[in-house]
Amino acid sequence: MSTMRSAEGGAPLGGEHRSRESHGPTATRSAEGGAAPGGEHRSRESHGPTAMRSAEGGAALGGEQRSRASDGPTTIEAGYNFGYLDENTKRMIRRALLKAVAIPGHQVPFGSREMPLPYGWGTGGIQVTASVIGPQDRLKVIDQGADDTTNAVSIRRFFAKVAGVATTEHTAEATIIQTRHRIPEVKLREGQILVYQVPMPEPLFRLEPRVSETKRMHALADYGLMHVKLYEDIARHGHIAISYNYPVMVGGRYLMSPSPIPAFDNPKMHRMPALQLFGAGREKRIYAVPPYTSVHSLDFEDHPFQPIRANAACALCGARDSYLDEVVTDDQGGRMFVCSDTDYCNTRQGSREAAE
Amino acid sequence: MAMQTSHTPAHPHPAGGSAVTPPPVGEGRGGGVAATDAPLLEAQGLTLRYGPITALDDVGIEIFPGEVVAIVGESGSGKSTLLRVLSGLQRPEAGTVTYRAPDGGAADIHRMGEAAMRRLHRTDWGFVHQNPRDGLRMGVSAGGNIGERLMATGARHYGSIRDAATEWLRRVEIDPARIDMLPRQFSGGMQQRLQIARTLVTHPRLVFMDEPTGGLDVSVQARLLDLIRELVADLGLAVLLVTHDIAAARLLAHRLLVMRHGSVVEQGLTDRVLDDPQHEYTQLLVASVLAA
Repeated sequence: MSTMRSAEGGAPLGGEHRSRESHGPTATRSAEGGAAPGGEHRSRESHGPTAMRSAEGGAALGGEQRSRASDGPTTIEAGYNFGYLDENTKRMIRRALLKAVAIPGHQVPFGSREMPLPYGWGTGGIQVTASVIGPQDRLKVIDQGADDTTNAVSIRRFFAKVAGVATTEHTAEATIIQTRHRIPEVKLREGQILVYQVPMPEPLFRLEPRVSETKRMHALADYGLMHVKLYEDIARHGHIAISYNYPVMVGGRYLMSPSPIPAFDNPKMHRMPALQLFGAGREKRIYAVPPYTSVHSLDFEDHPFQPIRANAACALCGARDSYLDEVVTDDQGGRMFVCSDTDYCNTRQGSREAAE
Repeated sequence: MAMQTSHTPAHPHPAGGSAVTPPPVGEGRGGGVAATDAPLLEAQGLTLRYGPITALDDVGIEIFPGEVVAIVGESGSGKSTLLRVLSGLQRPEAGTVTYRAPDGGAADIHRMGEAAMRRLHRTDWGFVHQNPRDGLRMGVSAGGNIGERLMATGARHYGSIRDAATEWLRRVEIDPARIDMLPRQFSGGMQQRLQIARTLVTHPRLVFMDEPTGGLDVSVQARLLDLIRELVADLGLAVLLVTHDIAAARLLAHRLLVMRHGSVVEQGLTDRVLDDPQHEYTQLLVASVLAA
């Protein structure tokens, strides 16, 4: 139904809208009528630039992407509750979130719902976002650091549609940032919420297959097994060979999976001023790190934790402090390193050009 | 508590074996048990039924520091059940098991919380299983297996964990060069020795052994028994040994309990029980031993 409507979007709006109103005596339809055609018109318009930008996304590496104006608030698509989930579900998730914040790093089970995207695409994160988002919020969604990949674009558009919130690509402007596998390079501040999409919340699952046993290990803070894994890495490879999803201790008590962010990002979690929420949709778990909580990556005294970064500068913005993606540019063996955080990279490129 | 960055990885539990009275060494078996000390582990009136079958019938046992006690009996006599109940893995229907901690405080095993029980199991106690596969992590190298208990009790220095692992491999007569090999690359006897090293690395005060020589061929058994005897004497361990092998019991144990149908039919010093069996079942048991 929604695709049909957006396809109609090209047709003259006013007429279409009025005709639908006259057909629909139901409560929802008349509510929609109350939203005024003007509002709906604006929302349609806002889809235009979004789509355009995502099309540009493919060419973004060439450094052409300039038009990054934020989208203003839009109205909610008819037939949806605010934020897609019904109010009871949101309340249930908020209760789980409160519990999670109260016990930093502890996995709280929740009744995960079916969402209109497949498992592994952020069903947990999207439910957490839907439960904490308000009409005044400004949402940023990143996927592996990028604002313009399919996952990021569709989730951002989803919330523009079902919550009518403003979206942005600027880290500093956003109040909620839903992320898949990265933490933005720009330091987050108080009042911001970082929502992680988590595929596997249990840090011990590769070491101990029984969930009942891992629960007991968490309850008793019996984490020697995790260190056995690190010991094995050093014995075999000479260093701790975990480059992403590097296990951390939260608040000195709970062992936590930071979701598959690169180990490079782990130090950013330590005493972060922003609230960090983690949602695992398939595994039905929520956990959280409240602001200014200690987050320590596990290590040995004589083999301290080492964040890993490619030894290169970003080919586009020249940054030497950001996390880099290696991009294959042709089939002749050509490759280059670029910032994985597109917003950070674009901002740096912009300011560099302005300086010239 | 597991995350304390203490600097005592190799000997996180110094009070472990050294504080107790030196055990009777070698031939002085049986006579030299320090009877003045309070028992380390004391059980009274243990009763447990599996449906109509009585697994334990009013069983009592005492183990003193540095003493090796063997429980012998035929299959189904309740000896493994007794071991499980004494080590807190299974709850009895009636009766108490009291453990006296190094600081002198006594605790009822089946009343203590799970956290305290776990702490006990990875510091003061050890458990050697009949099948090394039950006691070892088969996907983890020999060094990691030995280091696990150290890391669980707070060791966070890779170098000293590795040193401790190397030292213990040497003590159980495994080539330290094989420290990074997986247990499945080891023979059955080596796996059993590795399991013993892994258990003893934190210097426990009391070790439960369930048929440690079961499933091994005779020459390997002999070597293992020799090793256990030496380690027990060196470390002053108290050992509760469950076996159906009378010869192994005679070699290792100071004291012997004979079980049948869930109750202790006879107990006493090993040599006394085996040389002068009083109960008809013990007489049968001793008479059944094959002489080579």
